[in-house]
Amino acid sequence: MPVTAYLIRRCGTAVVILIGISIFTYLLLHIVYPSPARSVLGPKASLAAINAWNRAHGFSGSVFQQYWTYVDGLLHGNLGYSFKLNQSVAALFGERWERSAYLSGVSLVLSVAIAIPLGIYQAVKRNSVGDHVATTLSFTFYAMPDYLLYLVAIQLFAIIWRVFGPEGSQSASMTGVVLDWRDMTLPIVCLTLLVLAGYSRYMRSAAMDTLAQDYIKAARAKGLPERLVLYRHLARNAMLPMITLVGLSIPALLAGNLICETTFNFPGLGLLFFNSLQNEDYPVLLAYTLIGAVLTVLGNLLADVSLTVADPRIRLT
Amino acid sequence: MADAIGSLPPLDIVRAPEAGEIGPVQVSWRLALREFAENKLAVAGVVVLLFFVLFSFVGPLVYHGNVLHSDLSIANSPPVQGHPLGTDAEGFDVLGELMYGGQASLEIGFLAAIFAIAVGALWGAIAGLAGGLLDGFMMRIVDILLSIPFLFVVLIVSVRFGANVLSLSLIIGAFTWLVPARLVRGEVLTLRVRDFVSAARTAGATRWRLINRHLLPNALSVIIVNVTFNIADSILTVAYLGFLGFGLQYPNYDWGDLLNNGTNFMLDGYWWLIYPAGFCLIATVMACNLIGDGLRDALDVRMRRR
Repeated sequence: MPVTAYLIRRCGTAVVILIGISIFTYLLLHIVYPSPARSVLGPKASLAAINAWNRAHGFSGSVFQQYWTYVDGLLHGNLGYSFKLNQSVAALFGERWERSAYLSGVSLVLSVAIAIPLGIYQAVKRNSVGDHVATTLSFTFYAMPDYLLYLVAIQLFAIIWRVFGPEGSQSASMTGVVLDWRDMTLPIVCLTLLVLAGYSRYMRSAAMDTLAQDYIKAARAKGLPERLVLYRHLARNAMLPMITLVGLSIPALLAGNLICETTFNFPGLGLLFFNSLQNEDYPVLLAYTLIGAVLTVLGNLLADVSLTVADPRIRLT
Repeated sequence: MADAIGSLPPLDIVRAPEAGEIGPVQVSWRLALREFAENKLAVAGVVVLLFFVLFSFVGPLVYHGNVLHSDLSIANSPPVQGHPLGTDAEGFDVLGELMYGGQASLEIGFLAAIFAIAVGALWGAIAGLAGGLLDGFMMRIVDILLSIPFLFVVLIVSVRFGANVLSLSLIIGAFTWLVPARLVRGEVLTLRVRDFVSAARTAGATRWRLINRHLLPNALSVIIVNVTFNIADSILTVAYLGFLGFGLQYPNYDWGDLLNNGTNFMLDGYWWLIYPAGFCLIATVMACNLIGDGLRDALDVRMRRR
């Protein structure tokens, strides 16, 4: 039963944090953009008209009442309304989320799939030429502003050698986007390299910590072939911190997605966020911030739960 | 030793910890310095960072590049005599601009990191020392803010309030104190049950004195390592803001803004507008990361393998 108790408590914390996040995003919205009335009714609207509009749309009354209207809307799936685009935020996100999920999802899976073997290789062959090359590359990518890598890649592969397209797929259908390898290769590969830079550094030190453990020595001492030591004992244990890391890195992944979509003009949520910044379309901005925060909380929750499943040594107290 | 919190421990235990005692190990600064000096990469990081600090702040005194009067007759010129790194679209000298841009990048990096660590260390120390409900409340606030994608909030706030070095540093610092707060709290939690803290408390030290004189100095190693990483991250954040168009406003500019200007001319092949600024950014950020790694290895005794 301790697992159930732990899960209930962990979910309880998550709910508290979600409530806190809703308060934070609401207050931010309230401070930077108290009411859309002025931008809807125009600069010449009278004060009376603005007050009437505010009353009709739930922007009057005390902060608590307004917050309650906001939360009530959220719980009914109403993320807000973009008066600049004259469309509900939910509909805007519905059109675009698949593209962002595809771009980020593929890059994330690829980076994890490469980081684990690469980190183990670097830890086992510490200070070899391969380790030094990988470390240098990951330090460089890690220190690089994302867009510099994208721009260099665009210049080399799209402009000089003309192998790939200079911008992300503009196809209207999701199938079209997935099949459009010519335009999607550059964004996916570059984003993967950048995510990988952080993950592989982490994986290398996790694998090095695991290598120093006694059970590795024991496995070697009992004459287990090195290949089995690496697969059965090292890889399985060194992979565990990756679960937490992926959960923790969701805000960074969303930021990476934002820069990538902006640079490659790929019409996902990140590009929508960028365009909304330029239009000062705050309902969209805060709805995406809220979704990002919720994703982070869920990601951490999922990471913690899967870690208790994957690592039986974790004692739930 | 942990069961001795309630009783009065003799003071000399502080100087002679028992063998095999686990907990934050006292940092020997001399040993740490030697360890750090042996780390070639970290020393290279210090050299590079010092170079860029001198380059940005002393450079303009020595090298007088024209960054004030636009001269379109020499716009976008490749490196020539008098303009070692060419000129940009306004005819400004790129090398001179790199020096001024470096000032903004480094100032924001340091200011934001110092602001973040000051708030974070105090917050974490108070939460860790207070414990109980207050601790829970303070750390839930950190959890909440930590779940919100940092770049998004910084972008939203800087659309409204961004513009100069100080305001951007404050905005970035206001959202980066969370990780130091967590680290310092963790450190304080292990430190506060140590005997020297109980000794100070029995001797009548106030909470402020406990935090100020006993807890924070002992958490210093964690703090210093975090500052170096924070500097690197803040410099990159400003570069992102500049790239997206919500960074500093002219006449203030940082390396990210220069890089962003340069990328408009990517198709024309004006490499001198892109790669020097990119190199400065990468080299400085990498130097900070290397120093941070080196410090962590040198200060964290558990990491010391040799």
